[in-house]
Amino acid sequence: MLAPTLFILFITGFVPFLYVLVVSFFDWNTFAQNPEPQFAGVNNFRRLVFDEAFLKSVGLTLKFTFFVLVSQLVIGFALAKLMMRNFPLKGLFRTVHTLPLMIAPIAVGATWRLMTVPGLGPIPHFMGKWFDISYVLSRFPDQAFATVVIMDIWHWTPLVTLTLLAGLSNVPEEPLEQARIDGAREWRIFWDITLPFLKPVLLTTIFIRLMDALRTVDEVWMLTGGGPGAATRFIGLYIWKIVFPKTDYGYGSAMSVLTLYMTIVLCWLLYVAMTGMKENKK
Amino acid sequence: MNRGFFHSKTVTVIFWLCMSMLTLVPIWWMFLVSVKRRVDLFGAPSFFLDVSSMTWDNYAVVLGNPVFRKYMFNSLVVATSNAVLVSVLALLAAYAMSRYKLPGKDNIFFWVLTNRMAPPAVFLLPLFLLYTTVFVVGDWSLFDTRIGLILLYCVFNLPFAFWLLQGMVDGIPQELDEAAYVDGASTFYVLRTVIFPLARPGLAVTAILTWVFAWNEYLFASTLTSVHARTITTGLAEFVTVTGTNWGQLAAVAVLTLLPAALVLALVQRHIVAGLTFGAVKG
Repeated sequence: MLAPTLFILFITGFVPFLYVLVVSFFDWNTFAQNPEPQFAGVNNFRRLVFDEAFLKSVGLTLKFTFFVLVSQLVIGFALAKLMMRNFPLKGLFRTVHTLPLMIAPIAVGATWRLMTVPGLGPIPHFMGKWFDISYVLSRFPDQAFATVVIMDIWHWTPLVTLTLLAGLSNVPEEPLEQARIDGAREWRIFWDITLPFLKPVLLTTIFIRLMDALRTVDEVWMLTGGGPGAATRFIGLYIWKIVFPKTDYGYGSAMSVLTLYMTIVLCWLLYVAMTGMKENKK
Repeated sequence: MNRGFFHSKTVTVIFWLCMSMLTLVPIWWMFLVSVKRRVDLFGAPSFFLDVSSMTWDNYAVVLGNPVFRKYMFNSLVVATSNAVLVSVLALLAAYAMSRYKLPGKDNIFFWVLTNRMAPPAVFLLPLFLLYTTVFVVGDWSLFDTRIGLILLYCVFNLPFAFWLLQGMVDGIPQELDEAAYVDGASTFYVLRTVIFPLARPGLAVTAILTWVFAWNEYLFASTLTSVHARTITTGLAEFVTVTGTNWGQLAAVAVLTLLPAALVLALVQRHIVAGLTFGAVKG
């Protein structure tokens, strides 16, 4: 009974993985003089290390991930704290807050594009009117990057809020009460009691947001198309829009393998750093 | 004291009202654009709905377009088939996982989940090559077929459904199916008469969420289809690449794209968090 599931996942998950691994060691470009795959050893990977455009998109992706992750954790935690209170219409607010999570990323991109198109969107209009800032996404790289970050915060902060909310609700009341009676300060209580309880949830949240941020493609493509220039061209976009149409399959595969490897290493490093911190403290 | 003021109910509600506004403004704006006439699009933006100049023309044009109707139909077929397929397979798998002692059970479970975590852009290239050059029978290839997409979406939906249903099936007491087995029932019979009715609420949530995930998917659909099997999300993206974007119609399509997700939101809200965190966090 397990077989059909495993079979389908084998075909759609494992076979492509092996295939990309094999192709990455070949020279294969259907538009080249010799369109047949030829074994090339590690040549593709050697090329990657000196590929400035690729390295730039890696750097951009990391920068994007960092900004997004930090802001979402801070905002998400604050919102989760506020959600812990009792107030009227809580369920409704919660549902509204969850809404962006369910929207197709491509539609999120479309939404934000409508907000930011010069002449039509309210953001450029009010930016110009109130702050005298000329806001043109297709012209200013920094604005494009910042807008992409803000869009991602809008889209994914609810996830952080909800996971941390789940974590916070599981923190037992008693030690908190006890500490308050003993006259401990709020930040000490947070650091010594809340945080350790929150840690598993916090780690998972960071882990998941990290992986998702590293693979962001759809909404960015819809909003900026990776531009202006290469200002928001993240790795996924680079593979998909630059390498793919060139049919340089061997090189693209090498890039995919490296990206996958990097994702795994980053997650692993994060995991080690987090658990290591805990060991040191004890 | 100051503290009391910030902690009062009124302030909290006002704060959440503002937050909800922030969440809703982009979506509301999109709706506004979708019901505006072309001449009203540009100019000083206003967040109020002007009922007198409101028009449903954009929706009429979009829904009247046979190409777009086909995209929508494809999305419906792909998402629904995928949701059904995934729910059935995952129920079987979850049952096997929950009731039998299998060697390497944890490893299998972990491997299934990793399929969900892999970045899709990395698998575009191999999947494209496999679909166009390897999975080919005569003139027919998996490329640009709805079946191809239905199978492919299993890669992220199946692990999710598997995980979600495993929890549900674990919650059904084993004595129930054992009693049926003692009466001489077959495994299939037990599944149909004991497990299925009890797992129905879980199955519904699974089906709805996998349906939404399949409906929302864009990257694979845009790469692995060209004409026949394009979905609504790829249709939405096509509006931008065509020279001279028609903003009103783009907004109308975007509204149509997010509508189903918004409609089922309240039903599955509690399970979204668990779904997006691979079950590590229960909402």
